[in-house]
Amino acid sequence: MAHSVSAPGRWGRRLAAGAVVFYALITILPLLWIFMTGFKTPQDSISYPPKVLFEPSLEGYVNLFTTRSRQTPEYMASLPPPDTWYEELVRSRDMVIAGPSKFGERMMNSVIIGFGSTFLSVLLGTLAAYGFSRFKVPLEDDLMFFILSTRMMPPIAVAIPIFLMYRTLGLSDTHLGMIILYTGVNVSLAVWLLKGFIDEIPREYEEAAMIDGYTRFQAFVKVVLPQAATGIAATAIFCLIFAWNEYAFALLLTSGTAQTAPPFIPTIIGEGGLDWPAVAAGATIFLIPIVVFTILLRKHLLRGITFGAVRK
Amino acid sequence: MRGVSKHFGEIPAVDHLDLTVGNGEFVVLLGPTGAGKTTTLRLVAGLEKLDAGTISIGGHDMTTADPAVRDVSFVFQQYSLYPHLSVYENLAFPLRSPAHPHSKSEIRRRVTAIAEMLRITHKLDNRATQLSGGEMQRVAIGRAMVREPQIYLMDEPLSSLDAKLRADLRLELKRIQQDLGATLLYVTHDQIEAMTMANRIGVIDQGRLIQVGTPREIYQDPCNLYVASRLGQPAINVIPPGLIPRFAVPPGTASIGARTEHMHISRSVNGSGQGKVEWIEHLGDQNHLHVRIGDHQIITLVDPETPMSRGDDVDIALTGPLFFDAAGNRLRGTGDG
Ligand SMILES: Nc1ncnc2c1ncn2[C@@H]1O[C@H](COP(=O)(O)OP(=O)(O)O)[C@@H](O)[C@H]1O
Ligand SMILES: [Mg+2]
Repeated sequence: MAHSVSAPGRWGRRLAAGAVVFYALITILPLLWIFMTGFKTPQDSISYPPKVLFEPSLEGYVNLFTTRSRQTPEYMASLPPPDTWYEELVRSRDMVIAGPSKFGERMMNSVIIGFGSTFLSVLLGTLAAYGFSRFKVPLEDDLMFFILSTRMMPPIAVAIPIFLMYRTLGLSDTHLGMIILYTGVNVSLAVWLLKGFIDEIPREYEEAAMIDGYTRFQAFVKVVLPQAATGIAATAIFCLIFAWNEYAFALLLTSGTAQTAPPFIPTIIGEGGLDWPAVAAGATIFLIPIVVFTILLRKHLLRGITFGAVRK
Repeated sequence: MRGVSKHFGEIPAVDHLDLTVGNGEFVVLLGPTGAGKTTTLRLVAGLEKLDAGTISIGGHDMTTADPAVRDVSFVFQQYSLYPHLSVYENLAFPLRSPAHPHSKSEIRRRVTAIAEMLRITHKLDNRATQLSGGEMQRVAIGRAMVREPQIYLMDEPLSSLDAKLRADLRLELKRIQQDLGATLLYVTHDQIEAMTMANRIGVIDQGRLIQVGTPREIYQDPCNLYVASRLGQPAINVIPPGLIPRFAVPPGTASIGARTEHMHISRSVNGSGQGKVEWIEHLGDQNHLHVRIGDHQIITLVDPETPMSRGDDVDIALTGPLFFDAAGNRLRGTGDG
């Protein structure tokens, strides 16, 4: 080994553990606050001093998923008794449920666009990275630099041209348009990350497979892909986080059919006063898919590079 | 292989190589690092395109064929096993390829048989990464052996193992090869591997095949000084003709190659010998005797019981050594003392 690390002493370990816990608290606290706010009533959510202990309510979640209309007391009195707990909750605020909100659809759009663009970025990125890694590509270095250069300016700098192009091409406010856009932004990152990982996989593995009677593509699928799993998982997480959280393009290019959750969530505030619990509930649900995805792929991230099967 | 050449840029890695490996034959290419051994095997396997020459395998011209259709198997110098697969899956991998499909039961039968042969049956369910170096190497050899290809190509498969394991696997490999009647082209820089396993040895240097012959021939009858110096432990002693007085050499002799068996060393009786014992290395069963003659040093093997010690004056007599001309080529005349 080129360098060795001595085991830290008892105090060193405690100090390190303390630092990790402290950092975790700082980062988790805002998330915890959002999570709690989602279960507060609107009054509790804006009370001062802020309430740490409160009676939980699902009002935020009900408001998130419904649209409601305020009614006169006479009309309320004329209604038959409510069928469900959420109707009862809404009526206690002198309102009736007018229908489902757009939140479900917007989440679905986020899922389709986020995962769709991630899949495409990783697919194209893996193939391109493999090509760059294994074959003599003319102007390889220049091409790799060109690919990287597309990430050198903030994507939003080209927002206006893209807006105009998308309007002309009829891609505005479509799933396909957003998937293409996010893939375009992510694929450069994917190629660079994955090329690094694939470069680390010895060619001899594929060569052995080809001698054993596999074609190059079969060797790629059976030998390279499993060993690049770590890199593919890491790349997928990076791509998904970008596509999932992207706000500016989504605000600019989508308004209806293809609108994703990030531009939608803030609009909840407007519907009938400052409804912080509904916004917090939206943010909480918005977080869940990406947390689940990361946890699912964590196994691959932690499994690490497979040292040891290599004779040194 | 006929007139096979391969250049990397300006460097000739393999230079007009002619070699035929007969059916059931174990041929070892012996050469130092950088001699072009790996490149030769890669050319045969189809992993590199040759610049000139032809390669045929099993009577078919394979010069430009894809690796998959050549029906060879390869043990690489490094990176032999797939870390994401178990030992069983590693061994079964070549049997599942589209070019050589086998039924499930056939795969099981062959993998089990090869695992038994290599004594790794108890490790079949392990991941490839959980094996020791020796076990990994056995699996790598096993992966080449599960199929019955036209020829097995092995690139220094034992070079990364410790001495004991190397000796064990050497024997095993030879035994398996004989049992299967397999055809092997094996490359190594280790003369002992070459001497013990080969039916024929090809000595290769700088991409050129210098001499091909049985281990005996190569050892006893090397065609030049280079081949002579590749074989023998300790290495052959090269001395100028005038060093040992009263020893006739063929005309043109520029140097004499003398191995242990060509020399007789005795304590000089009158106290003024040609050489002086400079050092004795104890190897256990034998000793290395370092003798200084003028400004030359000679190393030979002696019995541990030999009654000699540092500083002793000794006389040296030669019987049937090898003679080489100024270019290092063998002169086949005989000299005598
Ligand atoms: N892919 C390559 N690119 C450039 N030079 C190479 C390549 N492979 C081998 N060589 C050169 O060819 C020569 C023979 O190499 P090699 O066949 O690996 O030797 P060996 O296996 O006998 O040690 C060496 O000089 C090496 O540097
Ligand atoms: Mg080599």
